[in-house]
Amino acid sequence: MTFTRRTLLAAAAALTMAPVAALAQDTIKIGEINHYKRMAAFAEPYKKGIELALTEINDAGGVLGKPLEFIFRDDQGDPAEAVKIAEELMTRDGAVMLTGSILSHVGLALSSFAAEKGYLYLASEPLADSLVWSSGNPNTFRLRASTWIQAAMLAEEAAKTDAIKYATIAPNYAYGQDAVAAFKENLKRLKPEVEFVAEQWPALFNIDAGAEVQAIERSKPDAIYNVTFGTDLAKLVREGGDRGLFEGRSVYGLLSGEPEYLEPLGDEAPEGWFVTGYPWYSFDEGTPEKAFVDDYIAATGETPKIGSLVGYLTGVSIAAAIEKAGATDTASLIAAFEGLEISDTPIGTLMYRKIDNQSNMGAYVGTIALEDGKGVMVDWTYKSPDGYMPSDEEVSAMRPAE
Amino acid sequence: MTEILRVENLKKSYDGFLAVNGVSFAVQQGELKALIGPNGAGKSTCFNMLMGQLKPTAGQVFLDGENITGKQPRDIWRKGVGRTFQITGTYQSMTVIENVQMALMSHHRKLFAMRPRAWKLFRGEAFEFLETVSMADQADRPCSILAYGDLKRLELAIALTHRPRLLLMDEPTAGMAPSARIALMQLVADIVQDQGVSVLFTEHDMDVVFAHAHHIMVLNRGALIADGSAAQVRNNPQVQDVYLGGGTLFKEAQDA
Amino acid sequence: MAFFFAQFLTGLANASSLFLVASGLSLIFGVTRIVNFAHGSFYMLGAFVGITLMNVLPGTVGFWGAILLTGLAVGAIGAFVEMVVLRPIYRAPELFQLVATFGVILVIQDLALMIWGAQDRMGPRAPGLRGVWRIFGEPVPKYDLVMIAITPFILFALWYLITKTRVGVLVRAATQDREMVGALGVNQAWLFTGVFALGSALAGWGGALQLPKGGADLLMDFNIIGSVFVVVVIGGMGSLPGAFIAAVLISVLNVFGVTYLPQSTLVLMFVVMAVVLIIRPYGLLGREEVAGEHGQVGAPETPIRPYGRLGQTLVGVLLLALVALPLVVDQFMLILLIDMVVFALFAASLHFILGTGGLVSFGHAAFFGGGAYAAALLVYHLNTPMEIAFLFAPFAAGLLALGIGWFCIRLSGVYFAMLTLAFSQLVWSMAYQWRGLTRGDDGLVNIWPSSWLSDTIPFYYFTLAFGIGGILVLRHIIHAPFGYALRAGRDSPRQAEAMGIHVKRIQHTAFGLAGLMAGLAGGIFVFSKGSVFPTELEIGASFDALIVVFLGGVKTLAGGVVGAGFLTVIEDWLTRLEYWRLLLGLVIIAVVIIAPEGIVGTLRSRWAKLRGHNEEVVK
Repeated sequence: MTFTRRTLLAAAAALTMAPVAALAQDTIKIGEINHYKRMAAFAEPYKKGIELALTEINDAGGVLGKPLEFIFRDDQGDPAEAVKIAEELMTRDGAVMLTGSILSHVGLALSSFAAEKGYLYLASEPLADSLVWSSGNPNTFRLRASTWIQAAMLAEEAAKTDAIKYATIAPNYAYGQDAVAAFKENLKRLKPEVEFVAEQWPALFNIDAGAEVQAIERSKPDAIYNVTFGTDLAKLVREGGDRGLFEGRSVYGLLSGEPEYLEPLGDEAPEGWFVTGYPWYSFDEGTPEKAFVDDYIAATGETPKIGSLVGYLTGVSIAAAIEKAGATDTASLIAAFEGLEISDTPIGTLMYRKIDNQSNMGAYVGTIALEDGKGVMVDWTYKSPDGYMPSDEEVSAMRPAE
Repeated sequence: MTEILRVENLKKSYDGFLAVNGVSFAVQQGELKALIGPNGAGKSTCFNMLMGQLKPTAGQVFLDGENITGKQPRDIWRKGVGRTFQITGTYQSMTVIENVQMALMSHHRKLFAMRPRAWKLFRGEAFEFLETVSMADQADRPCSILAYGDLKRLELAIALTHRPRLLLMDEPTAGMAPSARIALMQLVADIVQDQGVSVLFTEHDMDVVFAHAHHIMVLNRGALIADGSAAQVRNNPQVQDVYLGGGTLFKEAQDA
Repeated sequence: MAFFFAQFLTGLANASSLFLVASGLSLIFGVTRIVNFAHGSFYMLGAFVGITLMNVLPGTVGFWGAILLTGLAVGAIGAFVEMVVLRPIYRAPELFQLVATFGVILVIQDLALMIWGAQDRMGPRAPGLRGVWRIFGEPVPKYDLVMIAITPFILFALWYLITKTRVGVLVRAATQDREMVGALGVNQAWLFTGVFALGSALAGWGGALQLPKGGADLLMDFNIIGSVFVVVVIGGMGSLPGAFIAAVLISVLNVFGVTYLPQSTLVLMFVVMAVVLIIRPYGLLGREEVAGEHGQVGAPETPIRPYGRLGQTLVGVLLLALVALPLVVDQFMLILLIDMVVFALFAASLHFILGTGGLVSFGHAAFFGGGAYAAALLVYHLNTPMEIAFLFAPFAAGLLALGIGWFCIRLSGVYFAMLTLAFSQLVWSMAYQWRGLTRGDDGLVNIWPSSWLSDTIPFYYFTLAFGIGGILVLRHIIHAPFGYALRAGRDSPRQAEAMGIHVKRIQHTAFGLAGLMAGLAGGIFVFSKGSVFPTELEIGASFDALIVVFLGGVKTLAGGVVGAGFLTVIEDWLTRLEYWRLLLGLVIIAVVIIAPEGIVGTLRSRWAKLRGHNEEVVK
C-alpha cells in the first residue's frame, strides 16, 4: 500500500531470492521480514549475523538433515506491508515460521497476525515490552532484552548516586515514552525522593537540539536520562557538549553505547555517560563472545554491531528450536521454543522463558570513554535480565489470558 | 409597463478609486436596454454588482421591488436573473446539450441527486432550448470544440433555461463576425418579444446597439451621462464628446 | 531575559538553513508552478556532497569553499533533473509534475545509499568555530552566530538578484505571468532550468551549511520536506520575504515550544500553518491565486458517458473473473487482490474529489486511516462486534471529512492542498500521541474479523462486495446530477454560481463523500491486516493515493483504480529486488514522460488516434 513510506524503507535481497526456487524441496525455510532500506544501517549487520549463523549451521549439516534457509524480504517499515509479505512467505514460499523486524510496531503487527493465523513469530530486535507482556500471545517469542529491562539496569545505577533532580529526553513515540516511564518507575521504586524536573520529547529524527539543550539546562537537573539515538543523539551530544550541558552531571543513555550509535559520534562521543551497549572491542580472549566477534570479522570484514549479535542468536535459536521439535509444524515449534535452552552461545546459555516467551538475553552496561579518538564502553559488565524483570505474578497478570 | 430592475446610486471603489460612481437607472419589463461606454468606463463592474459577483461599496439594486444588493449570484439567479459573460464560461468537459441540462438540473433543484443518470435528465427540454438558438444540430458535440459564436449562442440558451425575468448579457457579440452579431441580437430581440423577458446588455458594436436596443445608457468614468432612446443618446453633446474619436461611428450608425 | 534572548538566537540559527531550502522551493514554485517534492532530496545531496568535499579540502578555506562548491554541484544536478525529467511534462495536467518529483526522490535515495552507504555521518566542524561565546552569560555556539549573520546576506543577495538584475526581472515577470515571458522573447525553457538550478543550489547550500550542527543521513530528505513546505505556504508560495518571515516564525516558535510545551514537537508547525491559512488563505505575503491559473492545463477532459454495452460486458466479465478467482488461485493471490481492491477504493475516493471535483487533497489518508482507526477503536476498547465497527468506519470518516472540509473548502489550489495536509497531520499526531486512546505507534492490534469472515476466501468476497461496490457507487454518482454539478464547479465556478449552483456546498458534500468512501476502504483494510498504526495516517499514505491517481490519469474515470492496480503489482514485484527504489523511481518517471495524461488517458488518446486514423483510411 505504501509507497512513499517505502521510499524510506528497505528491500529484499534479490540474490537470496534466486536460490529459493532451485532448492525449494530441500531446505527448511524461515521467513525474515525487515526494513532493509529504511533502516539499512541497522538491518544490514543483523542480516550478516544471521548469515554467519546459517553458514555455521549448514556447514555442520543443517537441521533435521536439511539445510536451513532464510528468505529475506523488505517491508519498507510498513506494518501492513509486513503482514502481506508474512502471508506470502507462509502460504506461498513454504516458510515454516516468521522472524524479523526492528521497529516495534511492525513487530506488534506481525505478532498479532501470527496469533490469528496460527503461525510462529520470533521477534528478535523489537524492544517494546508489550510484545511479550500486555499484547503477548503464545505464538510470539522475543529474543532481545526489552526496554523495561535495559531501563531498569540504568535506573539501578542511577539510584546509587545522590542525584535527586532528573531531566529526561526521549523521542516522541511509543518506544521513547515507554523507556522514560520504565526508568521513572524503577528509579522511584529504588529511590522515592527523586523528582523529574523536565521531560523533553523531540520528534524522532527531527530534534531541535539547541532548543532541547536550552530547555534541559533551564531546569537545572542533577542528572539526565537520554533515550534519543541515531542522528538525534549525534546532534544532542554536539549541542549539549558545546553548551556545557553535561558538565558536572551524570547522564544515563539507553542504547547509547551500541556501536550503531556510538561509532558515528567519533571523537565527540560523550565521555562519562553510563549506557547500555555492546563493547565487542574489549572482550577477553578465549571467551565465547570474543570468538563470535572474531568469526564475524573474519566472515564479513566488518566489526560487529549489536544487531550482528542479535541476528546470529536469531539463527542459532531457530535452528535449535527446529532440532528440538524434530518437525516443522507450528505446534511442535512453539512447544520447542517454550523453555528452549541453548548452551554455548556468545552470551552463554540462551533460554526462552515459558512464562512470557521472553529470552534471557541480557545487556552490557558500562561507561563511555574516549580511546584513540573513538568512543568505547569501559568498566562494563554483562547483566542478565534476572532481577530486573517484574515478578512472575506481575508478568502473568499483564499477559492476556490464553 | 412595470419596472423589473431598479438601481439606485450604485458605487464601487477600489482603494479609493471610484470605478462606478453613483449610477442609478431602471429597466422596464420587456425592454431591451443597452449599456455602452468606452473601455474602462465601469460597464463590467456594474454588471458584476447587479449579478452579485461583486459587492457594491454603496447603493442598492432592486429586482421587481425586492432588494437584492450584495446577494450571491446563485441566489440572484434563483430569483429569475440570467447572465452571460464577456468571456464564455461554459463547461469544457461536457457536451453542448449537457451544458443546458446542467442549468435545468439546477433549475429543477436536482443538484444533489445521486441516483438518476444526469445525461438522460431533461434532455428533451434542453433540446428545445438548443433549438431556440439553432444549436440543436450540435447537441452532442463536446463543448470544447465549439466555434466561438456557437459558444455565445449556447450561453444564451443556458441563460434562458430558468425562464428568467431579466437577462444580463455582457458583450454578447464580442469576438463574432459582423453578420453573426446581427443574427444573434435579432435572436435576442425575438426572445424579448416572445417571452417578455427584459434584457440589459453591454456592447461595443454600435451597429448592434443602435439596431436593436430600445433604450441606451452611456457610462463614462463610472457615471451615467445619458439614458434614453437611440436618438436622444445620439444627439447628446456629452456623449459625442466622450466618443470624440468615434464620432464617425455615430454618423455611420445614423446613416444606417 | 538573557535566557529568552539565547532561545531567540537558537531559533534564528535554525531559521537560516530552513530559509535557504525554503527560498529555493518558493522560487521554483513561483516561476515554474512545480510543487517540487524532491526538494528535500537536494538538501540531502547538499549534506552528503558537502561532507565529501570537506574531507578533501583542508582548513578554513577548504570548509567554506566546500560549501560554495556544494551549492554549485547540487545546482547542476538540479538542472539535469529539470531538463531530463520535468521539461518534457510542463504541458501535463496541473500538479502532474509532482508525481515525477516523487520518482526523483526514490532515485536519489537509492543512489545516495549506493554512493555514501547506510551509516549516518557526523558533519565536520567549522574550523575555528567550535565551542560557544557567552552572551549575557548564556552559552551560544559560535557557529550559530555565523549562521545568523549569513542569512541576511543571502536574503539580500536574492533580493538583489530578483529586483536589480535582468534575470530577476524575467523571474518576476514569469512569477506573475508565464505567457508574458514568452512574449518578451525569452527562452522560457532555459529560464525554468535556470530557476530550478538556482532553487536546487539553495537547497544544497542549506544542506551543507547545517553540517556543523548535524550531519548527513538517508532520512533527512523526508525529515525536512514537511517543515519546508510549511514555511513556504505560511510565507505565501512564491514570496521570498514571506519565506524568510515564516522560517524565522516557525523556528523561533519551535524553540519556545520545546521549552514550554515539550510534547508539541510533532504538530506545532502544522497548527501554525492551519491557523495562518484559515486567517490568511494565501499565506502571510502570498498573492491570491488568479482563477484559472491552476486550472485545466492541457487538453480538456472529454465528455463522460457510462460504458456502452461492450464496456459493460467487459466490466461484467472482469467481475465474474474476480468472483471465480478463488477456484483457481492460491491464498496469497487473494490477499494481494484484497490489498489491491482496498487501495483502488481509496484511490477512487481521492480521484472523485481530485478528478471530478478539481480539489487536490494532500491529506486524504486522514480519512482512510481515520476509518480504520474508528473501527479499530470500537473493537479494541468496547469489544464491538466486527460488523458494527466496520459500518462505523465510513460513517466516522465521513463526519471527519465534513469537519475538516468545512475549513479547507474555502481555499483553492495549492493552499487547499496544504490545509488538508495540515489537518491530516493533526489527525496523525493525535493517533501518534494520544496513547491512552490509540496506544500511539504501538498501534491497535488484534482487530480481526468475525469468525464467519476469518478465512481468506470469505473475506475476499466481503472485500469484493464492499470495495468494488464502493467504486461502482462512486462511478454512478459521477454520472448523476451531483457528479455533473461537481464537474461544473471545477470547469467554471463562475458560470456554475451564475446558474444557481452553490459550488462550495457541492464541493463540501463531495469531500465528505470521498472521506466516507476512503473510510470504507480503511474499514476493510483494518480487518484484513488485523491492526492499524499511525503509518496509515502519514503524509506518505496520502501521497501514495495521489500518485496512483495521477499515474492512472486524472482526467479519466478509471484512473484511480487502474493506477492503484498498476502500482500494487509493480511494487509487489520490484520490492523483491535490492535497489527497488531506484527501479520504481525510474518506472514512475518513465510513465510520467511517456504517458503525460496518465496510463488510462494516454491509452485512450492513442486508441482514439488509431481509430480516427483508420476511419480516414476507410474514407
